[in-house]
Amino acid sequence: MITELGHFALILAFAVALFQMSVPLVGADRRWGDWMATAAPAALAQFLLVGISFAALTHAFLTSDFSVKLVAQHSHSAKPTLYKLTGVWGNHEGSMLLWVLILTLFGAMVAAFGRSLPLGLKARALAVQAMIGAAFIAFVLFTSNPFERLSPVPLDGRDLNPLLQDPGLAFHPPFLYLGYVGLSMAFSFAIAALLEGRVDAAWARWVRPWTLAAWIALTFGIALGSYWAYYELGWGGWWFWDPVENASFMPWLLAAALLHSAIVVEKRASLKTWTILLAILAFSFSLIGTFIVRSGVLTSVHAFAVDPERGVFILAILFVAIVGSLGLFAYRAPSMRSEGVFQPFSREGALVYNNLMLAVATGVVFVGTMAPLVREFVDGSKISVGAPFFDLAFTPFMVLLFLALPLGAIMAWKRADLGRVLVRLWWAAAAALAIGGIVWGLQTGSALLAPVGLALATWMVLGVVVELMERAGLPRSSARQALSRLARLPRAEWGKWIAHAGLAVTVAGIAAITAWEKEDIRLLRPGESVPLGFYDVVFESVERLPFGAPFAVEGCEVGQDAWLKGGEGRNFTTELGRFTLLWGGEPISTLCAEKRVYPVTRQPTTEAAIDSNLLRDVYVVLGDQQVNGDAWAVRAYVKPLAVWIWLGSLIMGLGGLVSLTDRRYRVGAAARRAPPAAVPAE
Amino acid sequence: MRALRVALLALAMAAAAVPAPAVQPDEILDDPALEARAREISKEIRCLVCRNESIDDSNAGLARDLRLVIRERLVEGDSDTDVRDFLVARYGEYVLLNPPFSLSNALLWLAGPLMLLGGGAVAGVWLWRQRSNRPATPAGDSPLTEAEQAELARLLAPRPPQDP
Repeated sequence: MITELGHFALILAFAVALFQMSVPLVGADRRWGDWMATAAPAALAQFLLVGISFAALTHAFLTSDFSVKLVAQHSHSAKPTLYKLTGVWGNHEGSMLLWVLILTLFGAMVAAFGRSLPLGLKARALAVQAMIGAAFIAFVLFTSNPFERLSPVPLDGRDLNPLLQDPGLAFHPPFLYLGYVGLSMAFSFAIAALLEGRVDAAWARWVRPWTLAAWIALTFGIALGSYWAYYELGWGGWWFWDPVENASFMPWLLAAALLHSAIVVEKRASLKTWTILLAILAFSFSLIGTFIVRSGVLTSVHAFAVDPERGVFILAILFVAIVGSLGLFAYRAPSMRSEGVFQPFSREGALVYNNLMLAVATGVVFVGTMAPLVREFVDGSKISVGAPFFDLAFTPFMVLLFLALPLGAIMAWKRADLGRVLVRLWWAAAAALAIGGIVWGLQTGSALLAPVGLALATWMVLGVVVELMERAGLPRSSARQALSRLARLPRAEWGKWIAHAGLAVTVAGIAAITAWEKEDIRLLRPGESVPLGFYDVVFESVERLPFGAPFAVEGCEVGQDAWLKGGEGRNFTTELGRFTLLWGGEPISTLCAEKRVYPVTRQPTTEAAIDSNLLRDVYVVLGDQQVNGDAWAVRAYVKPLAVWIWLGSLIMGLGGLVSLTDRRYRVGAAARRAPPAAVPAE
Repeated sequence: MRALRVALLALAMAAAAVPAPAVQPDEILDDPALEARAREISKEIRCLVCRNESIDDSNAGLARDLRLVIRERLVEGDSDTDVRDFLVARYGEYVLLNPPFSLSNALLWLAGPLMLLGGGAVAGVWLWRQRSNRPATPAGDSPLTEAEQAELARLLAPRPPQDP
């Protein structure tokens, strides 16, 4: 019954979306205030209905209602409650419903908080949002219905893919969807602006926080996925340039470009056309990402051809959205006029450079991701484009970007003196070169990666320090004066510094782990040890835990996820290997590596034992027991600065959050302070 | 006999269920230099039955076979290029994760530099031109459209008596 209510609510939501995409749009065109005013309540109703629908599906999962086909296929009664919940979106149908839920949530937020928005802009933006909503609700209803029943009802479900039974991967999709869908807001506002024929500071002030929020969510989502791969897949890989990863990375790069260019629109009334185009492209890449992940086209063209229904549907949405928006753009963009005047060397110029690099880097990822598909269509040949290609083709543009970042960040608006900028940064540059030189001298071999990466990271961090000191008036002013000056600086400035410093931390981590990782793979009997640089890893014992054993194991810090699962037992059998980590012969910690086998799917997973600190991770994986013997395959690694990769991403995201709390974005702040300024002449 | 079959089946299933992390200890060559070369080559060879995984990362049986083949060739004295050529001859270009630069792959490799040149030229020209682009009105003050002018005129005009 509840399931049918959910289904019905989704159908109603579809009807509301159809209303919301047409009536306010006509109203905005004819300037009929009451027609325009329907957009906000419709958006709220649409969110409420999709919310009911999602709650109904969640209810089916939590109560293990196996008469619902989706639940029977992706859940199991013995699963911890946490994964019954996350199982809602751990499958195609449910994840698309989550996508729609977030989409309507954002629409409802604009409706609820957008009081200071010009009525026409708001009506048009919500109408465009409803078009996307209608398309995707239709997709869910007609090709991926999560509410289908099953008869006869099976006794138990087929269980969730074990790889998804992990907090890292369980919360990875919601973050990515927040990001994709957040970009749909930027897109809706861009289309609304094209329809209005006007892009001004108020528009940019609305678009930037959405883009920022989307970018933050993508940052966290991608970092979470990468960290999950690191600890779960068993050899500590953290980025594979897989098409599915690229699908989330391309919108991230474009969102980063967009949130930089929106600053120029807001502060200098320039780059308007380009910013609109970026907003369209960023969301288009989100759609392309959804298409890539959901249609399976890149796994194999043949898999796509066998079951093309969903792929063709998303392709149609993609086609209409991209062709329609670019057509409108081509028609309307020439009438947009940029007003700000600036010299090539200026903050504006630097942000153009930033956008160029990020856009080209996105292009490289796109071409690399699509090349195998294109070649197969063109001449039927099969080629592979993998990590070695992307490392080589993508990295140079990031190097070019990072080289210029500290320079651009301290340039003045309108006109900057490059010589003066260099003088201000000279000691940062000198220190970065020195670090690079030292690393180059100390390492064996001649790989450029570590010296260049660490020099760039130093350069970016010190660039932030220089700016911070200048703004604080250091070293001339006293510490108290400096602190009070810093405290008065806008949050957006702090956000920028934190995010740039986080980027530097990530770059340092990537360079160090890639260049200096140590690995040892060998057969060990209990009691034997592996030497690993300054460390020794002693293999103590292996024990077998039965199905249903508690998550917590004595003497182990297993279960980064144990607390999430409460007192519930292990829904898998476990082989648990204990290792002692020695430093200079002294034991410093106990490591527990697990191999889990899930009985329903018969699928194994590995849980690496990781001893983590800021300088290095020691990473141990238990392999197979040898046939006839008590020896086990053991893989042990030292990964320098490993956590910096995700710590840096976290800092980047936090920077975004700090920037998001800047006073000019606070809800209603602008309206309270100066009503006429927030509502431009309309 | 039947018991034996059941036992064998159970064994086979158990073997299939246990994860086999990529490079196994028994594959590793005694000569560290050769082993290092084998690892470098493996990182650029696709596991043909996997999705976008190199044979260095993959657990698949075929990946293990390829790793062993690479090591055999290296022990026999092949150069890195010989080994790669051997694999391409056997499995086609599909086996290389790093597509070689060739006429048909030229666009793939040159895409980045070409986009940088094209985009850079457009951005450069635009930056240069707008340097002296005098705005029609003072910056920050958007001009009103004709419709808005009309609306403004209507609002400012004395209100006709019949208009509510």
